[in-house]
Amino acid sequence: MARVRSSESVRAHLAVHAVLIISALAMVFPFFWQVMTTFKTQTEALQVPPQLLPATFGFDAYRQVLQRIPFVDMFNNSVLSVVTRTVAQLIFCSMAGYAFARLRFPFRGTLFVMLLAIMMVPREIYLIPQTEIMKSVGLLDTVTAMIAPGLFSAFGTFLMRQFFLTLPESLAEAARLDGANRFQVFYLIMLPLAKPGLIALAIFTALWTWNELLWPLVIISTSSNLNLSAGISTLSGEYVTDYPMLMAGSLMAELPMIVLFLVLQKRFIEGIATTGMK
Amino acid sequence: MMGNIVLSKVKKSFGPVTVIPQVDLDIADGEFVVFVGPSGCGKSTLLRLIAGLEDTTSGSIMIDGRDVTDEAPAKRKLAMVFQSYALYPHMTVAKNIAFPLRMAGESADVIDKKVKDAARVLNLTNYLERRPGQLSGGQRQRVAIGRAIVRQPTAFLFDEPLSNLDAALRGTMRLEISELHQQLKTTMIYVTHDQVEAMTMADKIVVLNAGNIEQVGSPMELYQTPKNLFVAGFIGSPKMNFIEGAAAAKQGAKTVGIRPEHIAISTTAGDWRGKVGVAEHLGSDTFIHVQTEEHGTINVRAGGDVVVRNGDSVYLTPDVKRLHRFGSDGNFMRPHAGFHLAD
Ligand SMILES: Nc1ncnc2c1ncn2[C@@H]1O[C@H](COP(=O)(O)OP(=O)(O)OP(=O)(O)O)[C@@H](O)[C@H]1O
Ligand SMILES: [Mg+2]
Repeated sequence: MARVRSSESVRAHLAVHAVLIISALAMVFPFFWQVMTTFKTQTEALQVPPQLLPATFGFDAYRQVLQRIPFVDMFNNSVLSVVTRTVAQLIFCSMAGYAFARLRFPFRGTLFVMLLAIMMVPREIYLIPQTEIMKSVGLLDTVTAMIAPGLFSAFGTFLMRQFFLTLPESLAEAARLDGANRFQVFYLIMLPLAKPGLIALAIFTALWTWNELLWPLVIISTSSNLNLSAGISTLSGEYVTDYPMLMAGSLMAELPMIVLFLVLQKRFIEGIATTGMK
Repeated sequence: MMGNIVLSKVKKSFGPVTVIPQVDLDIADGEFVVFVGPSGCGKSTLLRLIAGLEDTTSGSIMIDGRDVTDEAPAKRKLAMVFQSYALYPHMTVAKNIAFPLRMAGESADVIDKKVKDAARVLNLTNYLERRPGQLSGGQRQRVAIGRAIVRQPTAFLFDEPLSNLDAALRGTMRLEISELHQQLKTTMIYVTHDQVEAMTMADKIVVLNAGNIEQVGSPMELYQTPKNLFVAGFIGSPKMNFIEGAAAAKQGAKTVGIRPEHIAISTTAGDWRGKVGVAEHLGSDTFIHVQTEEHGTINVRAGGDVVVRNGDSVYLTPDVKRLHRFGSDGNFMRPHAGFHLAD
């Protein structure tokens, strides 16, 4: 009896793993294809039927990327955007989210509905008004203008509010009785406990900023002021696209995020584990 | 450090709902006061009003002659122990206990010394570097108390601090808190709905019902001379028996009350005849539910050596001197000369 059941469970195990392995391959394959393409020549890349591996491993594509676009400038712009926006959002969204979750003030409900309304409108709607604003303050075609709209977000505020709502109110009350003022309650008690939420917000913000495409293309006209993801998009030509070069550029743009994500993901799990107390 | 607390005409409403209509209460310095009452009667609300975590709707709160009605919680110099302990989960035990001192701007040396002292008193020395999540319920409770005692408050407020602990630990902690009170001689206000805690710990019990104070007195006063039906029924375990109708009318009362421990049980003779329903043998005591012919179910508390079984015929004899008479308004009536239940 036991043997039958265990052989059944082995079979079930195998089935599950087969599905998992196939899915993993399906996800890794495009990435593998991209990496291989970077080493190919344009002719090899367009060959029919397609070849998986290049004839020789060449680094021409990478060299071309560096020649065609101001890669280092763009990379720096992207890093600057990510750092500034992530830090700003962690500060502003956590404070605003805490206020919406725990403080009583006039028009709180109305303001919160307005905040939700911002989230319900597609971002593209703001492209033109934002451009007008940047123009009127003389910031067209500047890195500042590219970064500014993402320093705060309704989504981040909402995320943090929801997170703060899950923390017990009695902790704040205990801290107040212990002599903490409102800011100390926030800074010393609530914020450390909101670490998993903050890490999630940081990941979202960093990823979204790194990948941002439309707004930089609208507001920036000088290529050395662009961020990397918008910069890479300029590599695809109007009539012909050099696929090995495009793939090489994309890979160079992706790598920092992949590394960062792996690091933060570990942190993320840690963050949840350390605050796991009922 | 003094700790005299006076509530005058304190009222609390949440929106349209009045939770506490009007409370006047005087708590002397060093007193151990217990608030008891059924769930939802406003015990926690009253405690939170004193702590300053809720604003009064009207009325005033004085601490040591100073009007603190509009003062922030921290300024009142009170310490509170929450039912959920409310320990800061991201801080070690040492940091938790140190937190109020840190907020008061004490120097690192002073903090260190006071934390160590508190830990020694509360048997927490070996746990100082742990997080609250790595402690047992009783240890967490002690950390919460430690955090309260380090800054020498004018009074301690406890909101059902033991209700999350098992029976044995509750007994131990009850003793520890009583000992702490004897050592520190600081005013303590303690909310519970546990009879035993109220009776054993209190200097003074405040019985609350629907936001009103029904009676204030020492445990023995409340036990011996409850002012009304509510207090009579609430204080004492098992509950007082109430008899209405003709038997009560004979005493000139609407209701007559007799405690289970004031009824003698016999298998041969007595005033009331009845049959044993359930007999609960606790070893030290026996709680017997007797179905009487005239007065319905009467609970009796007998010695542990009394052996009766379901269905046995028994006779009950109340101790007439221990009868409580209540009028039609539910209030206590003074005994009149020579009254007795069985004529
Ligand atoms: N913030 C609030 N808003 C509205 N009503 C409240 C609020 N806090 C308490 N109440 C109400 O006030 C009443 C008294 O509540 P309170 O918590 O003081 O009762 P309690 O005596 O402590 O009960 P328990 O023994 O169950 O803890 C309850 O009816 C409760 O619903
Ligand atoms: Mg309560």
